[in-house]
Amino acid sequence: MAIDIVLDSFPQLMKGLAVTIGLTLTSVFFASILAIIMAIGRSYSRQPIPFLILIYEKIFRGIPLLVLFILIYFGLAQAGIIIDVFIAAVIGLALHSTAYQIQIFRSAINSIPEGQFTAARSVGMSNFKAMRHIIIPQMLRLSIPGWSNEFTIVLKDTSITIAIGVIDLMRQGRYIIVREPESALYILLFIALIYFILVFSINRGLSYLEKRYIISGLEVNNTR
Amino acid sequence: MSMLEVKNIYKSYGTLEVLKGISFTMEKHETKVIIGTSGTGKSTLLKCINQLDPPDKGKVWLEGQEITNPKIDINKIRQKIGFVFQDFNLFNHLTALKNVSIGLEKVKKIEKEQAQDRAIKELQRVGLKKQAHQYPAQLSGGQKQRVGIARALAMDPSIILFDEPTSALDPELIGDVLDVMKSLAGEVAMLVVTHEMGFARNVADEIIFMEGGVIVENGPPKQMFQNPKIERTKQFLGKISTLYGKE
Repeated sequence: MAIDIVLDSFPQLMKGLAVTIGLTLTSVFFASILAIIMAIGRSYSRQPIPFLILIYEKIFRGIPLLVLFILIYFGLAQAGIIIDVFIAAVIGLALHSTAYQIQIFRSAINSIPEGQFTAARSVGMSNFKAMRHIIIPQMLRLSIPGWSNEFTIVLKDTSITIAIGVIDLMRQGRYIIVREPESALYILLFIALIYFILVFSINRGLSYLEKRYIISGLEVNNTR
Repeated sequence: MSMLEVKNIYKSYGTLEVLKGISFTMEKHETKVIIGTSGTGKSTLLKCINQLDPPDKGKVWLEGQEITNPKIDINKIRQKIGFVFQDFNLFNHLTALKNVSIGLEKVKKIEKEQAQDRAIKELQRVGLKKQAHQYPAQLSGGQKQRVGIARALAMDPSIILFDEPTSALDPELIGDVLDVMKSLAGEVAMLVVTHEMGFARNVADEIIFMEGGVIVENGPPKQMFQNPKIERTKQFLGKISTLYGKE
């Protein structure tokens, strides 16, 4: 009987799962691009840029995600700016994750010896080319473990978007529970299982990536 | 007109004046060795020449072009000035082959295949063809430094600056690097900061002795080793010969 409820609700949950995955990928995509640019900005540009990026980091690491979502969605609505919940969720997740990812990329940059940049300049590369061909490729490789961890955190954080009404996996689950309250435990366990499987396979996939691109002498100690 | 002309270079870091008016010239294919105690600005001088660390005062000309002029396209000039670092500075994420070819591909815009052919030739020249597909971490110090030399050579430089190329190496690995450098003498101009007196004596066309940010004395090796004009030169060479051996 429990299995019936789960099976019946399966299609609906899968619809929610698609939204969850879409939300995660879009947010991580924008957050990573922003974070890479800001991490480079923090390490390689002149004041006041590093200071401004630091302020950004402090602010968005200091605001709970739930508050941020409500602020973006309802706050903006009150100011007369009405946006789609999905977009509001992406903005919130991306701004939040960027603040954390800056640290991941920055510590990768910091672990690249200074001589790499000097050597690149000495063969006639411009600053831009040195970044593009020497620093960034090393930075990306070194960031894989921290980044994949952050990826799964964003995935799990998408469940908080239930507060502003994104119809993701969690919300679809709630719809089913409201309809059939006695099935709550099974549905929630099933949802938990889906999140777990997702996180587990992402970590697996990314650690494969890490091994695939490993360079002897550039290994990262995997602390997970 | 000399190939390289360095005129009256001054460089300070904060209140510390490292270079106090250095001038010398180099001709095509000439080898000059700079010696002197640590902290006398030898490495700083090299970085002032390729503008990795531009001088505060003074000028440098390469093949008639004033390269201290801030308006000049320094990336173009640096292609003509190879640099070999004390701690190698190979690109860690690239194979030996890629380390040598990346400058050709990305700076000189030579096609990948051609660039790699050239890179293989340069690796062969330094005796590392077999190691072409290894990463820096898989190479010994001496091999790394030879890749560093191949990387500089591939760009067809007019001059290569060597910043203590053997001081980070185990004694038994120094020979291979010095042999490669010897083989280049007369083919490309070399300005070498080193403590290897054997190399200075046998390969250099001229030895420059620096101390306290100035050139104390310079001259052909024979004169410098046998009868230096200045007492301090004699003292220094005497001390260093007992430390590093005469040859």
